[in-house]
Amino acid sequence: MSASILQENKEKFEELQRTIDEYKDKEGPLMPIMHKAQDLFGYLPIEVQEYIAEALDIPVTDIYGVATFYSQFTLKPQGKYTIGVCMGTACYVKGAQAVLDELKKELNIEAGDTTEDYQFTLEATRCLGACGLAPVIMINDDVYGRLVPSDIKGIIDKYRDK
Amino acid sequence: MEMVKLTIDGIQVEVPKGTTVLEAARSANIQIPTLCYLKGINEIGACRMCLVEVKGARNLQASCVYPVADGMEVRTNTKKVREARKVNLELILSNHDRKCLTCVRNENCELQALSKQLGVDDIRYDGERIDYAVDELSPSIVRDPNKCILCRRCVAACRNVQGIGAIGATERGFRTTIEPVFGKSLSEVNCVNCGQCIEACPVGALREKDDTERVWDAINNPDLHVIAQTAPAVRVALGEEFGMPIGTRVTGKMVAALRRLGFDRVFDTDFAADLTIMEEGTELLNRLKNNGKLPLITSCSPGWIKYCEHNYPEFLDNLSTCKSPHQMMGAVVKSYYAEKHSIDPAKIFVVSIMPCTAKKFEARRPELSSTGYPDVDAVLTTRELAKMIKQAGIDFVKLEDEEFDPTLGDSTGAGVIFGATGGVMEAALRTVYELVTGKSIENLEINAVRGLDGVKEVEVPLGDITIKAAVAHGTANARALLEKVKSGEKEYHFIEVMGCPGGCVTGGGQPIVPAQVQMEIDVGKVRAAAIYDEDRSLPIRKSHENPSVKKVYEEYLGEPNSQKAHELLHTHYTPRRKF
Repeated sequence: MSASILQENKEKFEELQRTIDEYKDKEGPLMPIMHKAQDLFGYLPIEVQEYIAEALDIPVTDIYGVATFYSQFTLKPQGKYTIGVCMGTACYVKGAQAVLDELKKELNIEAGDTTEDYQFTLEATRCLGACGLAPVIMINDDVYGRLVPSDIKGIIDKYRDK
Repeated sequence: MEMVKLTIDGIQVEVPKGTTVLEAARSANIQIPTLCYLKGINEIGACRMCLVEVKGARNLQASCVYPVADGMEVRTNTKKVREARKVNLELILSNHDRKCLTCVRNENCELQALSKQLGVDDIRYDGERIDYAVDELSPSIVRDPNKCILCRRCVAACRNVQGIGAIGATERGFRTTIEPVFGKSLSEVNCVNCGQCIEACPVGALREKDDTERVWDAINNPDLHVIAQTAPAVRVALGEEFGMPIGTRVTGKMVAALRRLGFDRVFDTDFAADLTIMEEGTELLNRLKNNGKLPLITSCSPGWIKYCEHNYPEFLDNLSTCKSPHQMMGAVVKSYYAEKHSIDPAKIFVVSIMPCTAKKFEARRPELSSTGYPDVDAVLTTRELAKMIKQAGIDFVKLEDEEFDPTLGDSTGAGVIFGATGGVMEAALRTVYELVTGKSIENLEINAVRGLDGVKEVEVPLGDITIKAAVAHGTANARALLEKVKSGEKEYHFIEVMGCPGGCVTGGGQPIVPAQVQMEIDVGKVRAAAIYDEDRSLPIRKSHENPSVKKVYEEYLGEPNSQKAHELLHTHYTPRRKF
C-alpha cells in the first residue's frame, strides 16, 4: 500500500480501524465497514479496499466484488454534489432524457462521470419515488421537479461555487 | 452412520444421512448432468443443470445441494426436468463465445458435452453479448471472459482450496465477470500461477499460455541444439490425453514421442531432482550444524515460492536456496553438458515438460540465468506436449518404449517421487538418513509423508538428533502450517511445501479431468499410486546412489554446496506485495 495515502489520511484510517475493530468478530462485518469507508473517503480507493482486506484477513477480491455489486459504493472520487437524474418510467415519459442531455452539455461530462473540479457527479438513476413531480432530479438531498431543459443552467449555477 | 432410504426414478436407494440427491443418484448409476458442480470444491447449485423433481417440493430442486431425506421420491428425467435443464443450458449458451472449433477445450469441454447430452440442436435465444478483452499478460495463464459461464469453479479453487483469491466475481447481473480486482491482469496481482483455476474450468475461459509454436520454431531451427527434460508427474498423466486410463505410466512412450518430435536430447528432470536432494540435503545438514535458519522449507514448487513471496516475506530466509529441479537441469545443461560436448550454450534451447503452469513464470525469472543465458528457454505443460504429439501425427499409444539419453537422463526412484506430495521429503530423508548415520535405511517407503492429508508430520532419528519434519500441499494448507510455526505452536527442522493440492501429479498443467469423472475417481490418489509404482520399478531408489549424479560432481561441480554448485544451482527470493 502506498505509504503516502496512509499518512495523508491518517485520521480517516484511524477511524476506519475503530469501525473494523468494532465489527471484526461479528457476523457479516464487511457491509458496515465498507459503508464507513465510503462515508469517510467518499469512495473506495484501492488502498482502502486493501486495508480492509488485510485487517479482516480476506482476499481483496471479496471487497472489490461487493464494492462493484452494489451501486451505493463507488470506486471513483465523487463530486461535492451528486446529481441524480431519475430515469424511472414516469420521468422518462415526461422528458428525463432531454434533462439528462442538457446536464451533460452544461457540465461537459457523461453520466457516471465527475467534473474535473470535483464539484459535480452526474448519475442516471432508477425511480426516485417522486413520480408526481416528473421529470425529477436530486442534487444531494435537494429535489427539483417538473423540469424542462432550460431550467438546468439556473439550478446548476446555484451550486457552482458553493 | 445413520442411513436414509429414498427412491430415485423408482429405484430404492440407501445412503448415509447428509448425502446429496446428486451423489445418491450416482450411487444408483443415475447420471444427473452438472456444470458448476465440482466435488468437494464448488457445490453451490448455481447453474441449474442438475435440477430434479422432488415429490412434495414446490419447484424443481438443484440436486447437488439438496440433501436426501427418508421416504423422499425423486425423479431425474421427467419432461419438466428435461425441459428446464435444456432452457437453462440454452440461456447459458446464448451469450457464450461458441467458437468450439478453435477452442483449446474442443472435445474436452463440459459445456459442449452437455449440449450434446441434453440434445441442444438450436440456439433459440440470440442474446446480447459483451466483447471482453482477453488477459494474456501472464506468462502462465490466459483468461478469456468471453468463454466464461460464471460457474465459479475457478473462484472456489483459487479462494477456498488455495486460499489466494486472485480472481472473484465483480459487477452484477449481465455484467458479472470473473476477474482480478480493479481491472488488473492476472500478472499484476497475487496470482501464483498454479493453474488450479484451469483444472477447475469446465470450458475454455482459463488456459495456459501456449508456448508450443516457440518450441516448434526452436526444433525447426537447424542452428539450435534443442533439449527436452520431463518432470516426474508428466509420465503418469500424459497417456490420459490419448485415451489411456488415469494412472497409466507412459515413461518410455513419452521419451520415444519426444525423439520423434525432433528433440536432439531427451533428459530427465528426475536427474536434477536427485541433484536437488544432494544440494538441499547438504543445506539442511549445514543449517543444523551451524545454527542456520530453521525450519528449512523446500523450494521446488514455483507456485509455492511466489505465494511465500507475497504472503510470508518473513519466511524467505527459511526457503532452501536450491533452484527447482528443472532450473538446475537447465543450468547444468548450459554449463557442464555444453562444455563437455563443446556446444555454445547460446545455441542450446532447453524445453521443460512440466505438470505445471507456474514453471512458465519461474523460467522467466531474471535471476535464473546462471550461465548468462536463461536456464530454461521454454516450458510446456503436459497438455501442450500432448498437443504437439497430436500435431505431429504420432500414434502415441502404439509407440515402443525408449530410454532417456545418458547421464542427465539417469535417475532414481527418489527423483520420481518428487511428483507427489511428500515425495521431496521422502527422497530427502532416504538420503540424509544414510549420509548422517552411515547406515542403510531400513524402510525406504516413508508412509507417514504419503497420502492426501493436508498436513503430514514425521520424526526421523538421525544419530544425536531427531529430525522433525512436516509436509503441506496446496497453499491454504501451507498457510495453516506456517501460521503454527509462526505462533510457536509447532517446531520443525524441515518442511516440504508443494503449491498444488496433491502435489505435481495434480498440478495446473496436467490433463483436465471432467467433473463427472472426478466424482468417481480420486485423480490425485491414482496418479500418485503410479508414481510410487514407478519408484518401486527402478533399480536405484536413493538420490545419493545415482552414479550419474556422482559423476557430475566428480567431473564438474566438486561437492554439494561447493562454490560452483552455488553459482549454478542456487538462487534467492524477492518479497512481493500481498495483493
